Amino acid sequence: MIPLSWYLALSAVLFTIGVVGVIIQRNVIAQFMCIELMLNAVNLTFVAFSRYLGNTTGQLFVFIVLAVAAAEAAVGLAIIICLFRNRETLNVDEADLLKL
Amino acid sequence: MLKWITLAPLVGAVINGLFGKRLGERLVGLVACGSVAVSAALAFAAFFTRLLPLPEGERRITEHFFTWIAVGNFRADFAYLLDPLSGVYVLFVTGVGLLIHVYATGYMHGDPGFYRFFAYLNLFMFMMLTLVLADNLLLLFVGWEGVGLCSYLLIGYYIRRQEAGDAAKKAFITNRVGDFGYMIGMFLAFTAFGTISFVAKEGLPSLLAQAAERPVEAFGAFGVLTGIALLLFVGATGKSAQIPLYVWLPDAMAGPTPVSALIHAATMVTAGVYLVVRCSAIFVKSPTAMFVVAVIGAVTAIFAATIGLAQNDIKKVLAYSTVSQLGYMFLACGVGAFTAAIFHVMTHAFFKALLFLGSGSVIHGMHEEQDMRRMGGLRKYMPITFATMAAGWLAICGIPVFSGFFSKDEILWRTWATTAVPWGKALWAVGAVTALLTAVYMTRLMVMTFWGRERFGHDDHGHGGHGGHGGHGHQAQPHESPPSMWMPLAVLAVLSFAGGFVGVPPALSSLVGVHAPNHFEHFLEPAVAHVAAAHGEAARVPTGVSVVYPTGQSFSGVPAEEHHDVGTERLFTVISVVVALLGIGLGWLLFTRQPVRPMPTLLENKYYVDEIYDGAIINPIEQGSRHILWQVVDVRIIDGVVNGVAQLFASLAGTLRLLQTGFARGYAAMILAGAIVVIGYFAWR
Repeated sequence: MIPLSWYLALSAVLFTIGVVGVIIQRNVIAQFMCIELMLNAVNLTFVAFSRYLGNTTGQLFVFIVLAVAAAEAAVGLAIIICLFRNRETLNVDEADLLKL
Repeated sequence: MLKWITLAPLVGAVINGLFGKRLGERLVGLVACGSVAVSAALAFAAFFTRLLPLPEGERRITEHFFTWIAVGNFRADFAYLLDPLSGVYVLFVTGVGLLIHVYATGYMHGDPGFYRFFAYLNLFMFMMLTLVLADNLLLLFVGWEGVGLCSYLLIGYYIRRQEAGDAAKKAFITNRVGDFGYMIGMFLAFTAFGTISFVAKEGLPSLLAQAAERPVEAFGAFGVLTGIALLLFVGATGKSAQIPLYVWLPDAMAGPTPVSALIHAATMVTAGVYLVVRCSAIFVKSPTAMFVVAVIGAVTAIFAATIGLAQNDIKKVLAYSTVSQLGYMFLACGVGAFTAAIFHVMTHAFFKALLFLGSGSVIHGMHEEQDMRRMGGLRKYMPITFATMAAGWLAICGIPVFSGFFSKDEILWRTWATTAVPWGKALWAVGAVTALLTAVYMTRLMVMTFWGRERFGHDDHGHGGHGGHGGHGHQAQPHESPPSMWMPLAVLAVLSFAGGFVGVPPALSSLVGVHAPNHFEHFLEPAVAHVAAAHGEAARVPTGVSVVYPTGQSFSGVPAEEHHDVGTERLFTVISVVVALLGIGLGWLLFTRQPVRPMPTLLENKYYVDEIYDGAIINPIEQGSRHILWQVVDVRIIDGVVNGVAQLFASLAGTLRLLQTGFARGYAAMILAGAIVVIGYFAWR
């Protein structure tokens, strides 16, 4: 049986990849995918602990996170489409109107 | 019933003010005069059918409408009080007011603001009647301010003239100074007595009765009653144009002449006298205040009379004359002759309204010429105006049996015989000299206007030459005024002649074999306080039992007169007559010979009082406001603080704004950093 620490290590690696991806990627879709990656890294942690502790609450949480992620994907993709239609770019650095 | 005395003019004011523009001149005049006529009829009915039949000492009708303000133990009612004092006022205010309204329909004929004028004039009547009928100090103050407002509106009636607007503002602001005193006096009265009502009511004692129970405050001591009396008198000096606040009244002549007659001669300016007499119970407790009132009155009387001597504007002469006569009234109040003061208020209302209306008729007939240097010889052009004004002239000079004779003589005699204040003899001398001056300047006015050669027309030297040589252009022939104008003059002339007979003193009536008390004085006695006979002594002993009769609470029935020596009184009457004749003779000799004679520059320039006020008060205030309050306090400090706060936040925000780079990845990095900090905090704690 694979020990808990492996799951946690994998999850940490995935999360870090997500964080770094969000920060260094300029393409908004890539950033978006990195966010999904971070969410799934957390899901993995939940499932691993759930199994380790014999408690299903963690698995329930995963469903909630998935539901939120689905909603977030719908809204996020809509924003991205709007952004592209308006500015014809997917580069987040060019969407800087807030700076003024 | 009392309600409709005041409400009728208000209804007229509302109708004329709201719909007057569409009603046309005839209807506006009808509404205005009609409403005042209703008011006058009701006033006479109330006076003669309800007030007079009551037994002496109980003549008092009150009418309560609603409790206006009730806070804690403070209560001010909207309630009217008709007693002999307010009765006399209501009669002559409505009576003279009606005549002046009728006159004004003629005088203001063709003026584009006809309806506006009458709306204001009716509103004035409402306010003035509220003032005199009010049964407490606060409601009186409502009327007091109301007449001040109407005075402002009517002085500035000719809105296109700069000097009318300036004069209106001057009147308003000068009166504010006096009103300040009035209000503080009222507050002090409430603090001292817990009531401001003139009459005792359920749960509300009478201010005057309470004041009457206080001991007399020693001369020179500043007790609370002295304070109240002096503060109320400050209010009176503003409204009644006494030194030092008289400066607004001469300027107020910028208003239409009926306004000068009604507001600035007959009624409103006597409100100060009314206030003093109404609060006489307070004043008699303070010999100090009485002395101040008497001295201010006497000084104002002679001061204004000397200025009046040298003015060339016919209305200005009458204005200074009014100030001077008001001084007489305050002199009478100060020496304790309150009934004589009211008597003079009434006769003055008759003859001064007459003189003003007469001058208005002259101005009208001379096509808006007010300078007496360009008049002369008018008696053949305006015989009725001349005859009626002559009656006013003789009355104000104090020629026997004309009304002014009785009232002025009464004041002078009571001043001489006074025991209420020291220096009675000196005050009498001032009053007598003023009487002489009055006769001189009024004779000057009459001579310059009605006698001598004609100084109007195109050519200054060609007397009578206005027919042929092109004088038509801007100066047509003087003409007599229409009946709507001369009829009120005639009525007032009769009143000026006969109005004094209601108050003939026993010393004179006994000469013709009539043994009766002074009816007017007798009638007013219950409504005013008396100065105790031994006032001088009582003043020195503060603990002395008050010999002063409280208002309306007790009635002596014996006029103080009877203690005096009848022979001396007659002698003084002879002296006043001689003084008046001397004045007329002097004026006649001086001014028939040379009507336009140069007068002392000091007098012509009114002692430079306006200039002194400008230099000493107005200029420092203006400069201080401009250079300190505006340019330093307002611009630098107040604006500085406000702008400084705004700038502080603007610069703060400018710094914080740099955080908003607009780079989404930067924000993500910041979130990460924040998360690390939070996690780190919990991890390392």
